[in-house]
Amino acid sequence: MAMLEIKDLEVYYGAIRAIKGISFEVEAGEVIALIGANGAGKTTTLHTITGLVPARKGSIQFLGQELTRIPAHKIVTLGIAHVPEGRRIFSEMTVYENLLMGAYIRKNRKETEETIAYVYERFPRLKERAKQIAGTLSGGEQQMLAMGRALMSHPKIMLLDEPSMGLSPILVSEIFTIIKEISAAGTTVLLVEQNAKKALSIADRGYVLETGNIVLSGTADELKEDESVRKAYLGE
Amino acid sequence: MESVIEQIINGLRTGSIYALIALGYTMVYGIAKMINFAHGDIIMVGAYSLYVFISLLHIPVILSILLSILVCALLGITMEKVAYKPLRNAPPLAVLITAIGMSFLLQSLALLIFKANPIPFKSIIKLAPVKIGSITIAGISIITFLVTTLIMIFLTLFIRYTKAGRAMRAVSEDRQAAELMGIDVNRTISMVFAIGSALGAVAGILYVCQYQTLQPTLGALPGIKAFVAAVFGGIGSVPGAMLGGILLGVIESISKAYISSELADAIVFSVLVLVLLLKPSGLLGKNRIEKV
Ligand SMILES: Nc1ncnc2c1ncn2[C@@H]1O[C@H](COP(=O)(O)OP(=O)(O)O)[C@@H](O)[C@H]1O
Ligand SMILES: [Mg+2]
Repeated sequence: MAMLEIKDLEVYYGAIRAIKGISFEVEAGEVIALIGANGAGKTTTLHTITGLVPARKGSIQFLGQELTRIPAHKIVTLGIAHVPEGRRIFSEMTVYENLLMGAYIRKNRKETEETIAYVYERFPRLKERAKQIAGTLSGGEQQMLAMGRALMSHPKIMLLDEPSMGLSPILVSEIFTIIKEISAAGTTVLLVEQNAKKALSIADRGYVLETGNIVLSGTADELKEDESVRKAYLGE
Repeated sequence: MESVIEQIINGLRTGSIYALIALGYTMVYGIAKMINFAHGDIIMVGAYSLYVFISLLHIPVILSILLSILVCALLGITMEKVAYKPLRNAPPLAVLITAIGMSFLLQSLALLIFKANPIPFKSIIKLAPVKIGSITIAGISIITFLVTTLIMIFLTLFIRYTKAGRAMRAVSEDRQAAELMGIDVNRTISMVFAIGSALGAVAGILYVCQYQTLQPTLGALPGIKAFVAAVFGGIGSVPGAMLGGILLGVIESISKAYISSELADAIVFSVLVLVLLLKPSGLLGKNRIEKV
């Protein structure tokens, strides 16, 4: 059984059906790319997984547990960390406090300090800026902080929503290298991206989302070779 | 000279009470993004509770104080759950009208139970006045300073350094992101209403000890003044509410003594308008301030 299994999921905003019955799965250890144009429903899908938006129909199973009835604040305790679109760091708190927030569900303070040390090792720039107010960080640093904050909960799976958004090509590469490292360290990754090329370069498999439907799926190599994907998402 | 200092001391005393009340407005605003116009009436409930516990039920003073605080905290939590929570996603105007309705409801209940006639209440503060040189500081002033200073220090440390305080700041900044961290937003909002209302109870107790009379509308005036103080200091800002409350008290007291007691309120409001013209977010409003 897959780690994360989504079946016939439908999500509405008022009367508008934003997700129209999608199914997909993520196996433990995989990096899965969910690609699609702006407005396709990628963010909505992630929000539904972590309970920020309710599902109307269908199911979301994580390690055999149904998520659609669990309140949002309990979902992180199951091992799901969500790095939201636009980072959503706590911009009036310090970098250090943001990391503490990431460990909110963890009780052992000593262990938390150890995890912070680990995050600082992975993101040395966060360590330099530990006492700085997070809102004053650059876009790339804020993305790193959002990812570091997610790591603080020791997730089994990390959901990343457009981590490359608004970053320079060099920073984008840096962020993707880190995602690969996080995956190599044993965390499963569900990666939402408009930057399909980058996403498919590190993914094992991918799904293409179009106006609330999954229109294509396959291994990353298959998708990279697919005519319609090349045209629509790889700009070729 | 002595009289100026005494006026300032009076202003600081009233101002500290405003500050306590303003903290409730500002914390609730920070976390629930609404002005709880019934907050002034929590003060009234605090004052009446004290009267009931001490004068009617003859419960020891300290216990009566604690019980009054508890009553207000529970009232704050209940009010949020029953009246405001169902309106979380409603237009601001609906929330505003509900809050005003809550205020009327509390006043009407007090009127129903205790009638309109003012009830005399003897201050529970027995501290003798202290003389420094030629200046006399009343016992109630000393107690008020002591209590409010301690509360403000404690609250600041709580918000800044505890896990619950950080959770409050997180919810106030980004409710969804806070949920993703595992914070129970409903519980956090309840906690803020409880804290704000508990501070309101303390303010009510200090207020009734100063004026020594109870009326169902007694919370209205300090409530509105403290709201002004919260806006003055920067709504949403905790240090802003403290500063705004204290400044407002001092400005009011000085204007009353040296300009005109009739015009004092007009002067206070003019200063508010002036500050808001120069700095629309209030004295300490806007970024980098610890919001709750
Ligand atoms: N809070 C919302 N209220 C109403 N409609 C929304 C909301 N969020 C997203 N939508 C709509 O749902 C659709 C999917 O949006 P989204 O999930 O953000 O897409 P993506 O992340 O792929 O860009 C879009 O048509 C968008 O306009
Ligand atoms: Mg999106």
